[in-house]
Amino acid sequence: MTGTASHQDWPLWEVFVRSRRGLSHTHAGSLHAPDAEMALRNARDLYTRRSEGVSIWVVPSAAITASSPDEKDSFFEPAGDKPYRHPTFYEIPDGVKHL
Amino acid sequence: MSTVPATRSAALALGDDALILSHRLGQWAGHAPVLEEEVALANIALDLLGQARILLSLVGDEDELAYRREERAFRNLQVVEQPNGDFAHTLARQLYFSTYQHLLYARLAAGGGAFAPLAAKAVKETAYHRDHAEQWTLRLGDGTTESHDRMQRAVDALWRFTGEPFQPVEGLDAGLGTEADGQGVDWQQLESDWLASVSGVLERATLAVPQGPRTGAWAAGAGRQGLHTEPFGLMLAEMQHLHRSHPGATW
Amino acid sequence: MTALTHATAAHTPNGAGAQDEAAYQEAFDAAVAADERIEPRDWMPDAYRASLVRQIAQHAHSEIIGMQPESNWITRAPSLRRKAILMAKVQDEAGHGLYLYSAAETLGTSREELLDKLHSGRQKYSSIFNYPTLTWADVGAIGWLVDGAAITNQVPICRCSYGPYARAMVRICKEESFHQRQGYESLLALSHGTPEQHAMAQDAVNRWWWPSLMMFGPPDDESAHSAQSMAWKIKRHSNDELRQRFVDIAVPQAESLGLTLPDPDLRWNEERGHYDFGAIDWAEFRDVLKGNGPCNEQRLSQRRRAHEEGAWVRDAAAAYASKHHPGSSTRGTHPGTPSDARTGPSDTRTDSSRDDRHTSTTDSDRGRTV
Repeated sequence: MTGTASHQDWPLWEVFVRSRRGLSHTHAGSLHAPDAEMALRNARDLYTRRSEGVSIWVVPSAAITASSPDEKDSFFEPAGDKPYRHPTFYEIPDGVKHL
Repeated sequence: MSTVPATRSAALALGDDALILSHRLGQWAGHAPVLEEEVALANIALDLLGQARILLSLVGDEDELAYRREERAFRNLQVVEQPNGDFAHTLARQLYFSTYQHLLYARLAAGGGAFAPLAAKAVKETAYHRDHAEQWTLRLGDGTTESHDRMQRAVDALWRFTGEPFQPVEGLDAGLGTEADGQGVDWQQLESDWLASVSGVLERATLAVPQGPRTGAWAAGAGRQGLHTEPFGLMLAEMQHLHRSHPGATW
Repeated sequence: MTALTHATAAHTPNGAGAQDEAAYQEAFDAAVAADERIEPRDWMPDAYRASLVRQIAQHAHSEIIGMQPESNWITRAPSLRRKAILMAKVQDEAGHGLYLYSAAETLGTSREELLDKLHSGRQKYSSIFNYPTLTWADVGAIGWLVDGAAITNQVPICRCSYGPYARAMVRICKEESFHQRQGYESLLALSHGTPEQHAMAQDAVNRWWWPSLMMFGPPDDESAHSAQSMAWKIKRHSNDELRQRFVDIAVPQAESLGLTLPDPDLRWNEERGHYDFGAIDWAEFRDVLKGNGPCNEQRLSQRRRAHEEGAWVRDAAAAYASKHHPGSSTRGTHPGTPSDARTGPSDTRTDSSRDDRHTSTTDSDRGRTV
């Protein structure tokens, strides 16, 4: 039965690694694995072999819903004209502390 | 580390196990069934090689010991020297050995003897090796008909090497402290723990627990006594050739 | 070059007309010009996508074929220290192949497809790996020269216009810094060792020097893809420029090793501020590329064999997954797969605590809409 290309290619997983306690998980890359348990182990072997992490998440790539570049304007630009959300927007007299 | 001869011979036995299995796993490089598994097998091989280097260094010069001993001077278990075969054979070998090694090192780590610091580090590595072997045993056993058959053949074929690990290793008990502490390895308990664990994994993997004898019929002994199987000599010839061709050279 | 029809235009809105197309092209050109990164879900010209797939795939194939000449010596490594180093290095190459295949997958081409193209000879890998490793010193020479040349080539790709490729290269370059050093160190030990070891090192350098220079590709005026790749900022420097940079670095290193380079024309040119070097035998390069190198057949058939002999293993794991984790075994290219593969807390050393999971924003590279 072997020899032909596998019809059951292993799915793709996204790997998120917490590099040390106190930091959030960040995207490290992806890999193929037949299931979540193996994905976690493969991620450990591949993405933390130089002590890069203390915790790993794996997520099926297909489970990720991403914003589309076509939505860039409607998603992200409206935030650009609201400088009052940032502390630098406000002028405070010299000498006022702890603000 | 004391250099009590008994302790040395125990370090040699455990060190040779790790050295030889690491070598066998190293032979997979470039041949693994999938890239992710290239990385996994190499991690295990590197862990084992690290253990071997520490253990052999307790006995003498690591390279002198690895490259200049004759076949009969090696004390590794016969199971670790068995050729890789197909992926199922390699994983069956991993299952048998890593379960043994993990159970043994956990005891050594807890025992507080001479090997405790080393075992405390190694036990974490062996836990991962054992998990890797168990995960794959489940997948091969309970995967396709072909993988099931291959895995059954592999666990059957290697079964007769699974008695040897439970012959007491000279010096290992001594390494655990004074005899009065009563902290020696309980080999019978170790063996029944191993059997329970391995049988459990095989059953979960829908595989039959082999029924045949677990030791060979040869009264002369096995790996721990320096008696090895035929493939071992070939393996050593390859491993030692370059080093031996340049006596006294440094690399 | 074949068009990657399945992968393209995923994000061009339905019925986008020529006008929209022009606007997309303009935005793309502006982003490249401004040194911004192109990300997977961005619109990109078909030819850019195809060119990237070709280059990343070739790079990935080179990593995994490149495992072979070195793993040839793992079982004979002459000391346990060297053996550990070599195993770690060959393992890294598998890892780097993985990073690169992942980068290629963000462009909509699966690893399986790319491997299939490698195995059938429709995609190439670096010709350097079609040369044999005849002695232990070849392992050192590969580290020093081949990895040295590769790093010279790769460092600029860390700034490549395509985000996932650039990020993969950052990781790879970081990890590869030990590869070249270990090669140099190994050759140094041989060079300062016994006369036999010294001769072994010199012989290896003699055989690997010229093929290493060929790694930068044909001269600029003959390079088929160079100009467009430079314009797209996939490539940042020309072949000849990088080759010269490598020669300038390697010559003093060879001196410090106590080894010579097999080129009678090699000398410092005060005026140019560079080393002049002799003519490269491009006929050999083309011949090896065509398949007539000493190891082409061997490398490819080992690669094919490993893949074919591994098929039952991959199938077994997939079958197990569909029995025990239904739903998790569909391919990543199908969005919206229910993620019901919930496993209990694992006994591996990870602490993926679920309670803070929702705080993570998933800034995925993937644009796997079909």
